[in-house]
Amino acid sequence: MTKTANRLQSLRDSSLSRRNFVIGSGAAAVGGATLLAACGDDDEAAPAATTTAAPATTAAPTTTAAAETGVGTTTLGSNYSDEKPRNALAAAVAATGVDTIINTIDHNTYQENFNTYIQQPDDVVAWFAGYRMRAFASKGVVGDISDVWDNLPGMSDGFRSAASGLDGKQYFVPLYFYPWAVHYRKSVFADNGYSIPTTWDEFKALCDTMAADGITPLCAANDGRWPQMGMFDMLNMRINGYDFHVSLMGGRENWEDARVQNIFSTWEEILPYYQPDPNGRTWQDAANALGDKSAGMYLIGTFLTSNFDGDTQADIIDDIDFFLFPEVDPAYGQDAIEAPIDGFMMAAEPANEEGAKALLAGLGSVAAIDAYLSVDPSVVAANSNADTSGYNALQKKSAEAVSSAKFISQFLDRDTDPDFAANVAGVGIADFLATPGNIGTILADVEAKKQTYTFE
Amino acid sequence: MVGVPAALHIGLVWIPATLTVILSFTEWDNLAPLSDIRDVGFRNYWFIFTVFEGDLFGALFNNFVLIFWLTICSAIGMLFAYLLDKNIRGSRFYQSVYYFPVVLSLAVVGFIWKSTMFSRDRGLLNTLWPGGPIDFVGDGTKIFSFDLPFLDPALGLSKNFAALLVAMAWRHIGYIMVMYLAGLKAVDQALREAAAIDGCNEWQAFRRVIFPSLKPINVIVVVITAIEALRAYDIIAALNEPRGTDVMGTLVTKSLLGEGGGRVGFGSAYGVVMLLLCLGFIIWYVINHYRESEL
Repeated sequence: MTKTANRLQSLRDSSLSRRNFVIGSGAAAVGGATLLAACGDDDEAAPAATTTAAPATTAAPTTTAAAETGVGTTTLGSNYSDEKPRNALAAAVAATGVDTIINTIDHNTYQENFNTYIQQPDDVVAWFAGYRMRAFASKGVVGDISDVWDNLPGMSDGFRSAASGLDGKQYFVPLYFYPWAVHYRKSVFADNGYSIPTTWDEFKALCDTMAADGITPLCAANDGRWPQMGMFDMLNMRINGYDFHVSLMGGRENWEDARVQNIFSTWEEILPYYQPDPNGRTWQDAANALGDKSAGMYLIGTFLTSNFDGDTQADIIDDIDFFLFPEVDPAYGQDAIEAPIDGFMMAAEPANEEGAKALLAGLGSVAAIDAYLSVDPSVVAANSNADTSGYNALQKKSAEAVSSAKFISQFLDRDTDPDFAANVAGVGIADFLATPGNIGTILADVEAKKQTYTFE
Repeated sequence: MVGVPAALHIGLVWIPATLTVILSFTEWDNLAPLSDIRDVGFRNYWFIFTVFEGDLFGALFNNFVLIFWLTICSAIGMLFAYLLDKNIRGSRFYQSVYYFPVVLSLAVVGFIWKSTMFSRDRGLLNTLWPGGPIDFVGDGTKIFSFDLPFLDPALGLSKNFAALLVAMAWRHIGYIMVMYLAGLKAVDQALREAAAIDGCNEWQAFRRVIFPSLKPINVIVVVITAIEALRAYDIIAALNEPRGTDVMGTLVTKSLLGEGGGRVGFGSAYGVVMLLLCLGFIIWYVINHYRESEL
C-alpha cells in the first residue's frame, strides 16, 4: 500500500519536478554521454547508500544464503525511499545473503528520470511489471533473467507472464502487489441483506436495489484521469478477454472496433449508478462516500484503506471487504485481475552478473518477502509460499484472488505507452464519462491519435 | 562585468531554446541513445496541427482568453491601487487582504481552490451555491463555443476553465495592485495639485495626468500580464489538468513528463509554438513602445 501511496504521490507531485526533467533532457542533449555518465555517478553517490553484508541485519531467518555468498558484491538501484519500505527492502536484501550496495533515490526523481538512469544503471534496478518493463526489454536496456525463473518456487504462472517480455523471456522478478477489486462495507451488505454479485446481471440488479434503498450504488472518481482506467481495464478483460486487452494496449487493435464499442456500451449500463460528475472527484473524496455509507461499492485498489485513519477510523477499515469484478462474458468468467506488481529488473550489462542473478533469485524467494513483510506489512507477497500469518483479512483475500487468477494485468498506464495512456486513452475515458453519447466521435479521435504512436 | 550574466543567459536560456527548436524536428524517446535520434522533418508539427488540432487550438484559445481576462484583472488591480492610494480608512487592511494571495505560489492557490472552494462534495462554493452542486473542476462543457471554418472541433470556454479564471484573478489583481501602488507613490504630488488647480475633475486628472506619468509601470504590467497569460501552467497542473483547461504550458509538459517522458519531439513542437507566440508579442510590443517614446 505504501508503494501505491508513492505512486499516487508521484502522480500528484509530478508537476513539481517537470522542470527538472526538462532541464535534464536539455542537459542530456548538450553533453551526451558525458553528462549521462555524470548522472550515473550521482546515483552511486546517493546519500542513502547502504551496504548490507551477508546475513547481518535483523530479519534474516532461514535461507540458503550461505550457499550464495560466493558471488561477490552487486549493486541495487532502489526507489523505496520512504523510511518503512527502505528498511523493509534492506531486510529483504539481507535475507538473500548477497553482498549488496543499495542506492536509494527519491521515488519521484527515480521514476521520472528512469529513462536516463537505465542507461547507466546499477546491476539490479527496482521497477514495475507491465508494458514499460517490456519496452525496456525489447530495447535491450535490461537483461534476460529467464534462468533465474527456472528456480523460483512459489511464483504462479500469472506472475511469470507478467514478468515476461514480448519475446517470452523473463526480465522481471516480482516482490509484491496490490489488486483492484470492488470494495464494499460488510455492515451495509449485512444490514440490507445484499449478497455478493458474481455476474453482470446480478451486479446491475444489486445496483438497482441499492439505488432504491437510497444508497448511491457506485463510488466514482476520475480526478487526474486515472481512477476510471481501472473500470475500463476490468470491463475489457471481462468482455473481450485478457489477450485482446494486451493487444489493444500494445496498439495492435483498432479503437473503433465493435469490441471496443462494446466496452463502452456495457459501461454505459452502469453509469446511472455512478456518483454524479466523476471527472472532478478525487479518489479520496469518493472513498469518503464509502466511509459514511452514502455509497455502496467502489472499484479501486486495495490502497483504499489508506484513506482512513488507522486509529480513529479503524472500525471503517475493519468493515471494508472486496469482491472480484463480476463476470460479464462466461467465456472469460473472472479469470483476470488487475494487480499492479512491483519488483526488480537486471541491467543489460551488469558489472557482476552472477551476483545480480543471485540477488534477483533471492529477492524472489520466500525468505526475502518474509523479511520485507516483517518490517512493512502493508503489501501482499507475490510469492505464494510466503508467510501469511501476519496478514489481515484483506491481505489474505488479495493473495488468494491473485494466486487463483489466470491473468494479471497491471494498469492502463503501466500496460501501454504511458504518454498514450495519459494524453489519449485517459482523455477519451474522461470525455466518455462526461458525454457518453459522443463515444463514436471520441473513439475515432483516440484511434486517429493512436496512429501517431509507435508502441515500440 | 556584463559578460558573466550574458554568458549565463545565453547558456541557460538561448542554448536550451535553440535545442528545443532542433528537438521539435526529431523523434526521440529520451531513452534510446542520442545517436538513435531520428530526423522527422515537420512531422511533429503536421501531427499537432492535424490529429491533435483539438488539443492545440483548444489550448491556444484558452491562452487568448487568459490574455483578455488578465488584462481586465490588471485594470481592476489599477483601480484598487488608485483607491487605496487615497489613504482611505483601513487601507492597510485592504492592501494586506488583496496582496495576500500573491505571496502564495499559483500551485498553492490551485490546491486551495481545488480542495476548499471547488470540490463538488465538500467545497465552499458548492455549499453556498443555490441549487444542485456543480462539478467546477471536472465539467468540461462549454459556456459558449463557435466553429471556425478551417477547424474541426469547436472552440469555446469550458465551465471549469472559467472557474480557474476566478482563482487566477484572485491572485493577479493583488499582484498588479501592488505594482501600481508603488508607482502611484512615486507620482509627483505637485502634478496632482497642478491638475486640481487647473480644475480637472477626478477622471480627467487620472486620465491626463496620473496615468501618463505611470508609463514605466504600464509597460511592465502589460508585459507581465501577457507573459503570465501565455505561460500559465502551475495552477492548472495543481488542479490535475481538468478537462477543457489545457493551455500551451500543459501541452508541452504533458509530452515531456512522467515515468515515460517519451515524446520529446512532440513536446518540443508545442514548446516552439509557445515560444514564437511569446517572442512575437514581446517584439511587437517593444518596437511599438520605443517608436512612441522616440516621437
